[in-house]
Amino acid sequence: MAALRHPTTPGMSDLAASSPIPERRAGSQAWWNAVNAWLLLLPAAVLLITFTHYPILATIRHSLFITRRNGTEVFVGLDSYQAMAADPIFWKALVNNFWFALGTIPASIALALVMAIWVNRNMRGRSFLRLAYFTPTVLPMIAVANIWLFFYTPDYGLLDQLRGLFGLAGWNWLGEPSTVMGCLIVMVIWKEAGFFMIFYLAALQQLSPDLDEAASIEGASRWYTFRRITFPLLMPTTLFVAINAVINSFKLVDHLVIMTKGGPNNASTLLLYYIYEVAFTFQDSSYAATLTVVLLVLLSAVALVKFGYLDRRIHYQ
Amino acid sequence: MFARRTMLMAAAFAALSMGAARPAAAVDLTMYYPVAVGGPVTKIVDDMVSRFEKDNPDIKVTAVYAGNYTDTMTKAMTAMKGGQPPQLSVLLSTDVFTLMDENAIVPIDGLVSDRSWFKEFYPAFMANGQIDGKTWSIPFQRSTIVLYWNKDAFKEAGLDPEKAPASWDEMVEMSKKLIKKDGSGNTTRWGVEIPTTGYGYWMLQALAIENGQKMMNEAGTEVHLTAPKTVAALDYWVDLSRKHNVMPAGSIDWATLRTDFLEGKTAMMWHTTGNLTAVKDAAKFPFGVAMLPAKEQRGSPTGGGSFYIFKSASPEQQKAAVKFIQWMTAPERAAEWSMKTGYVAVSPAAYKTKAMEEYAKGFPQATVARDQLEHAVPELSVHENGRIYKFVNDAVQAAVTGSQKPQEALASAQAQSDRVLRASK
Repeated sequence: MAALRHPTTPGMSDLAASSPIPERRAGSQAWWNAVNAWLLLLPAAVLLITFTHYPILATIRHSLFITRRNGTEVFVGLDSYQAMAADPIFWKALVNNFWFALGTIPASIALALVMAIWVNRNMRGRSFLRLAYFTPTVLPMIAVANIWLFFYTPDYGLLDQLRGLFGLAGWNWLGEPSTVMGCLIVMVIWKEAGFFMIFYLAALQQLSPDLDEAASIEGASRWYTFRRITFPLLMPTTLFVAINAVINSFKLVDHLVIMTKGGPNNASTLLLYYIYEVAFTFQDSSYAATLTVVLLVLLSAVALVKFGYLDRRIHYQ
Repeated sequence: MFARRTMLMAAAFAALSMGAARPAAAVDLTMYYPVAVGGPVTKIVDDMVSRFEKDNPDIKVTAVYAGNYTDTMTKAMTAMKGGQPPQLSVLLSTDVFTLMDENAIVPIDGLVSDRSWFKEFYPAFMANGQIDGKTWSIPFQRSTIVLYWNKDAFKEAGLDPEKAPASWDEMVEMSKKLIKKDGSGNTTRWGVEIPTTGYGYWMLQALAIENGQKMMNEAGTEVHLTAPKTVAALDYWVDLSRKHNVMPAGSIDWATLRTDFLEGKTAMMWHTTGNLTAVKDAAKFPFGVAMLPAKEQRGSPTGGGSFYIFKSASPEQQKAAVKFIQWMTAPERAAEWSMKTGYVAVSPAAYKTKAMEEYAKGFPQATVARDQLEHAVPELSVHENGRIYKFVNDAVQAAVTGSQKPQEALASAQAQSDRVLRASK
């Protein structure tokens, strides 16, 4: 979200240049403007550099060193990266993360849009419905994981009790590599969709009703109106939501601690969870730094696509 | 003017330092404590701590419950790197190499006046903590794996309710009879369950020992995962579900297995004896506890946690910590702890206390884990323990979920372990 808040600096120097003041005064005016601008930027810059840029550089540096038991650092170059390339758990986590992203992002966005359109109409119990859709968002992830753990517990969990009604045998939902990822994806969609719905709802309420009326006078079907008018106008929101969904698919790991610890056999492990394990359980901070660099590169790539490509293709009102 | 200011400052410093100084006798200790079984373990420990404080008003102990063993170790290591380690902690007895490598702990030898104290404990429990002629930990929350069986289920299946399986084959045969299915052919009661999450390496080690195979060397620099007998042990485990259909397929959760047993979903379970009292208090049916069945021999790894004292503690704190450990492991307290939880009391003297003798008379299940000690082997403990445990646990899970054959899964774990352990040789 921070990426979207970057201030667009208005052309201060243009303003100064166009004003008809004597040259010497114009020079000092420009200088003061520059000082002013930098002073205004200073608090944000200090925060960004201390908490974002410096840690990134330190992480990259740390990934090129290993720390001996006695605390001395030794330069090893790209050794950790080679070890990472040979680490099957890293690849497993990366591939899992890909499927997790693919499973959660489109589905939660589509669901959010449908829900927003649904609760944007005039109907009875609208506030109640909105609240119901939004509730999963306010729950902490740990609580969510515990609730769903109850659904997925083999034999006496809710899902298996339902299966029992149809005479089906219990299924070990989180204990089977084939189903564990699907189970987690469904849970995360449930958790995320309500949050994204709020953004769509806000965007829908900004749209002018004139457009809808004009379209219906022209005889456009509802689907056509949605496809050619509503959805394109919602694109800025969709982009924002999509970026958030991508970031979340890399940073949501709390549920793993409660539900699977990444198992069985790493079938549900995600990159960030693996980083946590390496850093804190194995106390290997340099390898954790190496993995973190990969995560950084992935997320930077997402940001690049957003700013370099998508922003230019989207119509902002 | 200058002099006056100096005087004022001196007075301020004096006031400050007096405010900071506390009664010379009071020593604060923070202890991290892991909980791995059911039942009110935290309450029991809190109660013992407060009684210790009553006996020793000059020492204050704060127990911090940090989750299971892995979580507690993670917390201790992170706190240490953050500069605020606890002064003592109960951690897996097998974490000793890692703690030594991290320079986190002190040997207890130098802190006690009389080293004959070490001889009071069962040697099997001391084994994990004595390295290079030094004693690095004192056993407390210690266990072995035992087999729990549901006597009602045995009766129902036409088996002798007083006789647990003594061999691997017998366990399979009995399990086949104990299986119960409903009208549509779904299993409502399994024969046996062995947990695969959390402590899969521990269960695999038990099977390997019974098959006559050790899983590591004493120096903690090698693991023997691809030895034919280790592979055969995992084969047997996997066959229980895949071939004989007496154990549920997929992974079996350590934490919910006790509930499975109590709900009658399984007729037998392999679990730590630390769960004994929790099972006893909640079971609505008569149950028995037995040593694990044998293949070539009986056997179980020891397990559980020991007390460690951290290097960064001040000499007074280390002394106070020893005092606390001595109080906690004294025979009466060890007996009390064992009766309240099911963990094995750590010294033979504890079993000779009157309370324990009477308890064991009425509830013979309480001494099974202790009797098994003569067949026990130290728990898997090597350098880089956290990593190796993960490799072995992953291999076990890969095998029981059918995503890899036992041979392949263990070969991959062995290769990864070799790579990590190379640095420790």
